[in-house]
Amino acid sequence: MSDIKVTIDGKQVVVPKGSTILQAAQKVGIHIPTLCHLDLHDIKMVNKAASCRICVVEVEGRRNLAPACATPVFDGMVVKTNTVRVLNARKVVLELLLSDHPKDCLICPKSGNCELQELAETFGLREVRFKDAKQSTYRKDYSTTIIRDMDKCIMCRRCETMCNEVQTVGALSGINRGFNAVVATSFEVNLEDSVCTHCGQCVAVCPVGALSEKDYTWDVVEALADPDKVVVVQTAPAVRAALGEEFGMEPGTLVTGKMVAALRRLGFDYVFDTDFAADLTIMEEGTELLDRIKRFLDGDKTVKLPILTSCCPGWVNFFESQFPELLDVPSTAKSPQQMFGAIAKSYYAEKLGIPREKMVVVSVMPCLAKKYEASRDEFAVNGNPDVDISISTRELAHLIKKANIEFKDLEDEDFDKPLGESTGAGVIFGTTGGVIEAATRTAYELFTGKPLEKVEFEQLRGMEGVRTATVKMGDLDLNIGIAHGLGNARKLLEEIKNGNPRNFHAIEIMACPGGCIGGGGQPYHHGNIEILKKRAEAIYREDANKPIRKSHENPAIKELYDTYLGHPMSERAHKLLHTKYTPKERV
Amino acid sequence: MSKYKMHVLVCGGTGCLSSNSSQIVDNIKKYLKENGMENDVQVLKTGCFGFCEKGPIVKILPDNTFYVQVKPEDAEIIVKEHLVKGRKVERLLYKEPLTNKSIEDSKHMDFYKKQMRVALRNCGFIDPDNIDEYIARDGYQALGKALTEMTPETVIEEVKKSGLRGRGGGGFPTGLKWEFAHKNKADQKYVVCNADEGDPGAFMDRSILEGDPHSVVEAMAICGYAIGANKGLVYIRAEYPLAIQRLRNAIKSAREYGLLGKDILGTGFDFDIEIKYGAGAFVCGEETALIHSMEGGRGEPTTKPPFPAESGFWGKPTNVNNVETFANIPVILLKGADWFSSIGTEKSKGTKVFALAGKINNVGLIEVPMGTTLREVIFDIGGGIKNGKKFKAVQTGGPSGGCLTEKDLDTPIDFDNLLAKGSMMGSGGMIVMDEDDCMPSVAKFYLEFTEDESCGKCTPCRVGTKRLSEILTKITEGKGTMEDLQTLKTLSQTIKDTALCGLGQTAPNPVLSTIETFWDEYVAHVKEHRCPAGQCTALLQYKILEEKCIGCTACSRVCPVGAISGKVKSTHVIDQDKCIKCGACYDKCKFSAIVRQ
Repeated sequence: MSDIKVTIDGKQVVVPKGSTILQAAQKVGIHIPTLCHLDLHDIKMVNKAASCRICVVEVEGRRNLAPACATPVFDGMVVKTNTVRVLNARKVVLELLLSDHPKDCLICPKSGNCELQELAETFGLREVRFKDAKQSTYRKDYSTTIIRDMDKCIMCRRCETMCNEVQTVGALSGINRGFNAVVATSFEVNLEDSVCTHCGQCVAVCPVGALSEKDYTWDVVEALADPDKVVVVQTAPAVRAALGEEFGMEPGTLVTGKMVAALRRLGFDYVFDTDFAADLTIMEEGTELLDRIKRFLDGDKTVKLPILTSCCPGWVNFFESQFPELLDVPSTAKSPQQMFGAIAKSYYAEKLGIPREKMVVVSVMPCLAKKYEASRDEFAVNGNPDVDISISTRELAHLIKKANIEFKDLEDEDFDKPLGESTGAGVIFGTTGGVIEAATRTAYELFTGKPLEKVEFEQLRGMEGVRTATVKMGDLDLNIGIAHGLGNARKLLEEIKNGNPRNFHAIEIMACPGGCIGGGGQPYHHGNIEILKKRAEAIYREDANKPIRKSHENPAIKELYDTYLGHPMSERAHKLLHTKYTPKERV
Repeated sequence: MSKYKMHVLVCGGTGCLSSNSSQIVDNIKKYLKENGMENDVQVLKTGCFGFCEKGPIVKILPDNTFYVQVKPEDAEIIVKEHLVKGRKVERLLYKEPLTNKSIEDSKHMDFYKKQMRVALRNCGFIDPDNIDEYIARDGYQALGKALTEMTPETVIEEVKKSGLRGRGGGGFPTGLKWEFAHKNKADQKYVVCNADEGDPGAFMDRSILEGDPHSVVEAMAICGYAIGANKGLVYIRAEYPLAIQRLRNAIKSAREYGLLGKDILGTGFDFDIEIKYGAGAFVCGEETALIHSMEGGRGEPTTKPPFPAESGFWGKPTNVNNVETFANIPVILLKGADWFSSIGTEKSKGTKVFALAGKINNVGLIEVPMGTTLREVIFDIGGGIKNGKKFKAVQTGGPSGGCLTEKDLDTPIDFDNLLAKGSMMGSGGMIVMDEDDCMPSVAKFYLEFTEDESCGKCTPCRVGTKRLSEILTKITEGKGTMEDLQTLKTLSQTIKDTALCGLGQTAPNPVLSTIETFWDEYVAHVKEHRCPAGQCTALLQYKILEEKCIGCTACSRVCPVGAISGKVKSTHVIDQDKCIKCGACYDKCKFSAIVRQ
């Protein structure tokens, strides 16, 4: 591509053709304020709405101001980003936005993380001229996972781009005209009744408080205060790689030990690890994979290949509503969260000698869809859910802050046994490619009967949206596919629908870009995708530091099978650890 | 047409049809049959004559007799007197308002004298549902000429040379637009006709499609040949059912005649047209919004570049022109670019169709050469202001345009002059206002329109137009402050400077073009809480003049809120606290004893 010379605020810069003014300005260190703009190019999400008009600049020879985020540069372009005309325009636009925005910042779920609040602060805005101006109001929509408070929507359309273009779910779209224009579900049904997969990526990119998670922290506080309850907590692998950010620590800082310590301070009776259940998932899912492959190699024509992972609830919701004809393809294994809940309220409750009703299982997840998953009817026994409360990484941070705990000063502590014991394989569940790598480690050894020389499968790692690799397992070339982000998942699913031409044996799918490290419940990344990469590195670091790195070598898992479940896919394992899928008709 | 001795042309435009012109056609046919003349006289339902003020129109050829405000029951007398006996029906003839003289030949009507019909050449002349009549008027000759004698490049060259500029509002040179689309290489290109006419009171495009749909069909095929597209799309609003029906008919007959479809005229050129329906969103007149709407998406614009010529319908190079622009194309190819460019001003060639409306005597559709002055349009063609009132302003360019005043009356109308005066050509709406029109209210009216029609995508338009109209409402209710007037100006400037598409960028024009010229009027509303034009109800006061009131009690009886008191034969009084300013007393008083202040 040919290069283009541009002058911005007197500084010369050369950029490739097709670059925007914003990109050119960034190159010479000129910061143009933006609001609706969001460029997550690593996951191929660029919000091109150019709707907020905060980033307008003067371009010599142009009649009106140009949005820097969406205006391509041309050779010889002269741009001014800081003139009176520009500053006045930005100020008026900001005043207009604020004139139609509730002023309840103090109690807003995005307070402190709000990009509009930050802009108002940057501009030193002290007054909004439009007094007594009408504000647009909409019905609040509460789903199990997400609260839509559209009074706060600034029509940046990031959620829409995320939901439609990246996730290809299509739950959200602009409706109405003019002042009443807003983002909504089709026919304005409740989000709960829409095609929403509860992945929470809309919440992750919303710059204001229009979309936020449903907060369950108070339920946790009440459970902990109840003397009749045994409160057990499980923490998902991706939480430990991101929680520190909420306390001002560098992205990629591992805070496993501090997190465990904080949870104990909060009063949990047992601090366990979802990683344990991840190892259990590998035992069940890996066995299912090998079983299907063996039957396939033996010439069984009814066997469904590839096997699809099923640990991601956003992904489960997606295929239940979008690909109901493929419901027999994914693994029947429950997700680690639900396996944990089922085991805690059976095996562990029996061990403690308490009825399941006396136990409260809390999960800390990087995910919002987990709240929905925990509420599914099939994951309850006589109305008593396997997982009672699911909170996000952000909610845990609030709990810790509220409880006067100096998180940064905490000494590292270890998880409780036995449900806190895990391997490196369980840890890497938290990032894209991790589940399938963990499964491969176990499947290889079980299939070939030989020990692995090198446990790292580098070819399965990375940030590419769809990745494929072939792993040699003795005589078998195991063809693996990996997709993160539901749009990428759709590509692979379409391929399977069309006869699986690339002969995949196993496919890992994560609903969120980057996998769980980029989940909808994680600390906000504000468009900085480098943060996700740092979290992924932290996950792999944790794996490397673990003494045991293969799920089937986890002693606690072995004991569980020896004393309780028998063997993977046994009748009891089936009852406790597997599920079935139901088609969902949604709009 | 030659086998008939006479022709009766009855307007079949939407306006006249709703005044029952279909029944006129049926009745005339019935009486012709009764008189055994059905083979001597042809009765045609044509497109719009433009003189909508006096519709339904019936025109008799060859003598150009122009009957106005004809009712179905007049058919009998037209047949028996005029067609049978050759005696014109005096009472149905058009009378010049000033002289009250009957005009027998439509050529002598002031309304038509200064007009020049190029885009409307066949409207009111042929049966739009009959392709033969279009062909008899040299129809499809231009397409034949393009396909057999010209290359795509020479077609584009001719259109460029003609100086034709987009009639939809922007005024972008049409030939240049075609050239861009031509130069962009792609496996598929599209020609789109923008028939999403949305300006309040404008019906230029509708009339062309109703009166001469083939001119658009032919032009689209020519454009397809020029840019290398074999697919055409017409984006038309669903509330134009008659235009849709006639267009559908035209496409069907063109296909039957081999003028659309595969291998047109044996030249190997394929071209066909599909109709896409819009739901009537004003913003869908903006070409990127129109394209998104055609794709089934939300009708909202996206930033240009990329222009449609590069990436349009389904990401393919697309040329979007408006109906009137297309209607000019066949004539340009047939009569030549030189002929076309001889009409008009230096930078605006050809003619322009306007929809004349408001406080003007001759409401209707007119077509004049570019360069005609506003004075000629309003006072000669339009017949001046209604009821002898004083001209105050003329609003051109629809909601995106501005108001021009007395001092601008001698300005020759063209794209650049109107822009320089703070208004714009727009698609051709022209609304005339008299001394009773309040300018802040006019601005408010247009702002309420754009506020409603904004797609809501960008902040300045979504929130800004709302705030403008809120402030204008305050002012017209006498609650405005001088600070509001200042905010009105700065906010308008910012919206103009920052909005995403043409709709938002031009939305403040009605404010900006009135606030300077009519500053005193704005200030009167704010400082004196007075509406000089007497239009703002909230600011009105009704008073009874003691010297004129005879105490007839009519006013107190009509007052719906009992605000008027007084004994019989003594002066009545209005309680200002109770008065709701409905004006019922004012209308009722026979003695001009009630004044509005």
